[in-house]
Amino acid sequence: MFSIERWHEIFEGLAKNKLRTFLTGVSVASGIFILVILLGAGKGIQNGIQNQFEQDATNRISIWPGVTQKEHNGLGIGRRIQLRNTDYEIATILLEDYIEYKSAIYSVWSGNIVYKKETGTYRVEGVHPDYQFIENASIANGRFINQSDINNYEKNVIIGQKVANDLFKNQEDPLGAELNVSGVIYKVVGVYTDPGGEREESRVFIPITTAQRAYSAGDRIRSMAFTLNKGVDFDQAVEESLDFTQKLENLLKTRHNIAPDDQGALYVNNSLEEAKNVYIITGGVQAFFWFVGICTIIAGVVGVGNIMLIIVKERTKEIGIRKALGASPFSIISMILQEAVFITVVAGFLGLLSGLLVWEVIGPFVEADFFTRPEVDFNVAISTLVILVMAGALAGFFPAYRAAKIKPIVALRGD
Amino acid sequence: MIEIKDLHKSYQMGKNSLHVLKGIDFSVKEGELVSIMGASGSGKSTLLNIIGILDEADSGTYFLDGVPIKNLNETIASQYRNKFLGFVFQSFNLINYKSALDNVALPLYYQGMGRKERMERSMHYLEKVGLADWAKHLPNELSGGQKQRVAIARALASNPKVLLADEPTGALDSKTSYEVMELIQQINDEGKTVLIVTHETDIANMTKRIVYLKDGQIESDKLVNQIRASQYV
Repeated sequence: MFSIERWHEIFEGLAKNKLRTFLTGVSVASGIFILVILLGAGKGIQNGIQNQFEQDATNRISIWPGVTQKEHNGLGIGRRIQLRNTDYEIATILLEDYIEYKSAIYSVWSGNIVYKKETGTYRVEGVHPDYQFIENASIANGRFINQSDINNYEKNVIIGQKVANDLFKNQEDPLGAELNVSGVIYKVVGVYTDPGGEREESRVFIPITTAQRAYSAGDRIRSMAFTLNKGVDFDQAVEESLDFTQKLENLLKTRHNIAPDDQGALYVNNSLEEAKNVYIITGGVQAFFWFVGICTIIAGVVGVGNIMLIIVKERTKEIGIRKALGASPFSIISMILQEAVFITVVAGFLGLLSGLLVWEVIGPFVEADFFTRPEVDFNVAISTLVILVMAGALAGFFPAYRAAKIKPIVALRGD
Repeated sequence: MIEIKDLHKSYQMGKNSLHVLKGIDFSVKEGELVSIMGASGSGKSTLLNIIGILDEADSGTYFLDGVPIKNLNETIASQYRNKFLGFVFQSFNLINYKSALDNVALPLYYQGMGRKERMERSMHYLEKVGLADWAKHLPNELSGGQKQRVAIARALASNPKVLLADEPTGALDSKTSYEVMELIQQINDEGKTVLIVTHETDIANMTKRIVYLKDGQIESDKLVNQIRASQYV
């Protein structure tokens, strides 16, 4: 059935009709090429969006105080709430089961930092050792704050990569250098990087105890941040984090005499909920690109079907001649289909390869805020190609079948 | 070789039915060279198409070499065409992207013959029609007479029982027409049964028997003294 003779006949037909072969091939190849480019771009955008939200741990919960908006227990409106060390300590003890990492924060807004002749203004945050994981920061050099820094009120500072780049020119090693932070001298013990980029890296961290003492804060803290133990699945994680947030809020509201329904006295940021939105957005982006991709495939299939129709029409007379000379309907159908499948496979594969090649070559150079690491799942691309080929064959089958059914005299008459 | 009894054929033209063949009784013995003549619309081409299994009669019987030709499906019909019949058309009907040799080899391809044998056999038939030197040329590089000779070589390649020619000289000038007729006479001399549809009297006179068709019926059917085409060439 699939003899070398038939392939020979088909190759001859293709080779002698170069323009037709070329045009069919180009339309199929460009369809697949566009699809690969689209899928790559979609993946790039998805990666980009995810990158933007990876700056903090995805299950981070922060809580910071505001001003009361409701009277409660005889206390008036407009009372400023102040969190203290004891709030943090009690919260961490009572809600221990939920917590993975924890840190209180005492931040000094816009600390003026001086190293030799270089100077700059950066956020200074007094934090606990766990804060590194809450911030999703990685240590590029040295170490982060440790418990002994906290216990001994050490004047050690961990600086962001951006800060290090700004203050330490000429490849100077920042480790061990002495920085003047708002009038107090600290020793640099670590440099960190943060997936959130420069904005997140232009901060410095000092032990919270040191911060409270050096800047006369007593036992006051600005906020608290936690990450929670990971749940079994995403939905459970969201549920547990809401649970935790509720308990934490209730605890602090009781301790600070805040009305249970006061919206302004405590602010909670639950990044897991945010993450959920991100997943929804990226899911939407992906769905959109799939939609466009599927439309492209449909257009490709229609295109291939259309080309098949034209080819069959153009070859009606040839088919008539072949039938008069003894070609069976089956041999006509299989000839047309084999030609079509052969062209779509070869051209589709070329389109696939060139699309992949484009992303391979230009992909690493395309970097923007919401666009990184464009890539194409090879399996997806291959299965699209298979679908296109099968659909093309199906689309070609009907005109081929009809052509094979035409009586040879009718086919011969038409010219 | 050909036995036809009470053959009827009508075409549906919109609402009207056009009765083209109104009861044809016709037979051809092996080795005959018959021409079918008649005005246009007399049904001569339709008769040839039915004989060539390119079309099917509405009623009547048709035996080709003792085989009843009735209610054939397309696959069987194509096998019979391939085995029993060779076609020569007015407009040549060569496949324009295939060389002369490949065109001649096409019926052999559909017989399932191997490539090497196919090419040898086709070359032999091209030599027979005097076009061996043109084997590699495409049809549009050949003159009308040459094209028709390639078509004749193609029709002969599968060694059919009957050669059917529908106005084989209709698109040719008289000199080339006579050359083609000379070739057909040669083929007939070798024993091949040949049927020609024509409206040219001089061509018909080069056959051995002339059948006149008028309004779908045979008006006359007589043997004639064959004029050899070679005397004109």
